[in-house]
Amino acid sequence: MRDMFRGFRAVFYKETLHVRRDFGTLFFSLIIPLLQMLLLGFGIDTNIRQINTVVFNADGRQESRELLDRLKNSDTFHVIRYVNSDQEMNNMIIAGKAHVGIKIPVDYSDKLLHKMSAQVLVLIDGSDSSVAGQAINVTTAIGLDESLRRALVNNETFAVDMRPKLLFNPDSRSPNFFLPGLTAILLLNVTTFLTAFSIVREKERGTLEQLFVTPVRPMGLLLGKLLPYLFIGFFELCMILTFMRFAFRVPIHGSVILLAFLSLPYIFVSLSLGILISSKANSQSEAMQLAFLTILPSIFFSGYIFPLETMPKFFYALSYFVPARYFIDITRGVILRGATIVHLWPDALALFTMGTILLVIAARRFQNKVIMA
Amino acid sequence: MSANNHKAAVAAGDAIETQGTDPAISARGLVRKFGNFTAVNDVSFTVKRGEIFGFLGPNGSGKTTVIKMLTGLLPLSAGEASVEGLNVRTDAERVRERIGYMSQNFSLYPDLTVTENLTFYGRIYGLSPERLKKRMDDIIQMNGLDPYLNRVAAQLSGGWKQRLALGCAMLHEPKLLFLDEPTAGIDPVARRQLWDLLFDLSGHGITFFVTTHYMDEAERCSHVAYIYFAKLIADGTPNSLRELPDVTPAGTIRVEITTPEVTRALKIARQIPGIRSATIFGQSIHALIEEHFDLDDLREQLQKQGIVVAEIRPLAPSLEDVFVELTYKNQANGAKETEANRA
Repeated sequence: MRDMFRGFRAVFYKETLHVRRDFGTLFFSLIIPLLQMLLLGFGIDTNIRQINTVVFNADGRQESRELLDRLKNSDTFHVIRYVNSDQEMNNMIIAGKAHVGIKIPVDYSDKLLHKMSAQVLVLIDGSDSSVAGQAINVTTAIGLDESLRRALVNNETFAVDMRPKLLFNPDSRSPNFFLPGLTAILLLNVTTFLTAFSIVREKERGTLEQLFVTPVRPMGLLLGKLLPYLFIGFFELCMILTFMRFAFRVPIHGSVILLAFLSLPYIFVSLSLGILISSKANSQSEAMQLAFLTILPSIFFSGYIFPLETMPKFFYALSYFVPARYFIDITRGVILRGATIVHLWPDALALFTMGTILLVIAARRFQNKVIMA
Repeated sequence: MSANNHKAAVAAGDAIETQGTDPAISARGLVRKFGNFTAVNDVSFTVKRGEIFGFLGPNGSGKTTVIKMLTGLLPLSAGEASVEGLNVRTDAERVRERIGYMSQNFSLYPDLTVTENLTFYGRIYGLSPERLKKRMDDIIQMNGLDPYLNRVAAQLSGGWKQRLALGCAMLHEPKLLFLDEPTAGIDPVARRQLWDLLFDLSGHGITFFVTTHYMDEAERCSHVAYIYFAKLIADGTPNSLRELPDVTPAGTIRVEITTPEVTRALKIARQIPGIRSATIFGQSIHALIEEHFDLDDLREQLQKQGIVVAEIRPLAPSLEDVFVELTYKNQANGAKETEANRA
């Protein structure tokens, strides 16, 4: 019977040695679930609060300010700007800076004073259905509440009439919300993984060392590696978009050409990230772990699933460093809100800057690392 | 101290004939440090054009580091090196254009065919399509790669992989080739064929810088150097090294004792006064004995202890003997040096 377990102690001893030697693997396999838990526990709050809101208060008198105070105190809305025209309000929403626009008409106070029903227009960006739902509920509730108070005190008629209007995704379909975001995540997966693997493979085979003894320059090598995957990434994007449009029937309100064009800086970032990973990783399994580490924030801190506004300040700040955040802004902007380059150029610029910085760091690390190895 | 040793070990006199041009490689006082660790310590040597330069040394002694310094991959911490007349500090890129390099793992793309591997490396070196085609034909013919052109590299045997790798390293017609353990893990026939090829090419004026662990390969080189713990402890032709006084100290001779019982004979031989050192070499013992020790006397002493001695004859030291002796001597000096430093 003892023979059945023969060698157990030796193997156990050897395995513990392996684990201690390869501390990195252990670290990652333990830390990733922990990190995930932390993120889900603290970083993500599925209760919608502090929705970015733009206000056009055409009235500006006592009554209108009271109403705005009530809206603000609900904790649902976070007024980021007061504007002076419908045009400005629309632009803020199309650009994705605000998800809710509240317009108080010029005669709001007059109507209330004359015991007439005053209408308040609430424009809601429907591209995120959970945000939209919450915004509708809270505004109508406040309108109702306000009306009831006035009705009870002054015996007025239905005083404040909140008129929510859902923009961009009137049916509140969740594919319309999720698929444009998913585009960003899928694209990141493909491109980052592919580039990282292609370079790490050369490390494993020793061909990279060989290449460095030839007159090839690091930048020539990296760009030569990058470009084929840029095409692959671009092709992938086209497939995803076709699928999204025709299989899931997500209407594309903006220009497909613009979207394709703006995807280039994003693919560029993903590829550079892949190269950066490969400068650190020495084997494909290591590259895999590192790549997963980048996927995680792209899912949780990009606004893909959970609205950024509801996150604590720290995680919100973190989202500025997540490339997917900018591209999701672009995809949702073009696909759902019909945004144009005028609204989206800051996102594209941010991506391009990130990509360049990452590529330069990667190229330098590469030169040092490979040569010293 | 180390400089003196160094000079002592470098064989004077019968150095290889000069061709009146720049040497292929000239290294002066190379030093490479990684933090506190000195991987290459004051290494100097010259490789003349057309030589097959064998660079030997145990693993981790600094062989690959020297190659990386000479190919411009690693900056020099101190010293000067020129390769093909170009300073590696300032002209690394032009150096890389003029040399070929074949690493021990052959560095091929296993998923590419023979033709594709050659084409890729040809393009890396910027060969024009016409020249690439011509060079590929030359190399395919030279290496006999014909039957395998459309086979992916992964499916080639070790010997063929090595030929292909050598071909890839030679496409741009370098006059100097670095071969890092080119015969590690390939069969004896392929090894022999590679060396035949190297001799042939060196006859055409191509210089080879070859690292190896095989002593028989070292014997074939026209010039060998031995690096031990970051220091060069031998540098010269195989024959000049055999005649170094350090290898066969004054007053001693080297003999080969052939016997069927080598293990027992070795134990006994080491007890006999007059035998300075003894090592087993296959079916015989190589011993360093005092000059006045009569060979018949030695035979008698061994036979008295019950050892059947087939033959005892004087022997020229092999390169292995040379490196072993120099290593011991260097270790002894190293120990003295540390003591001196402590004092």
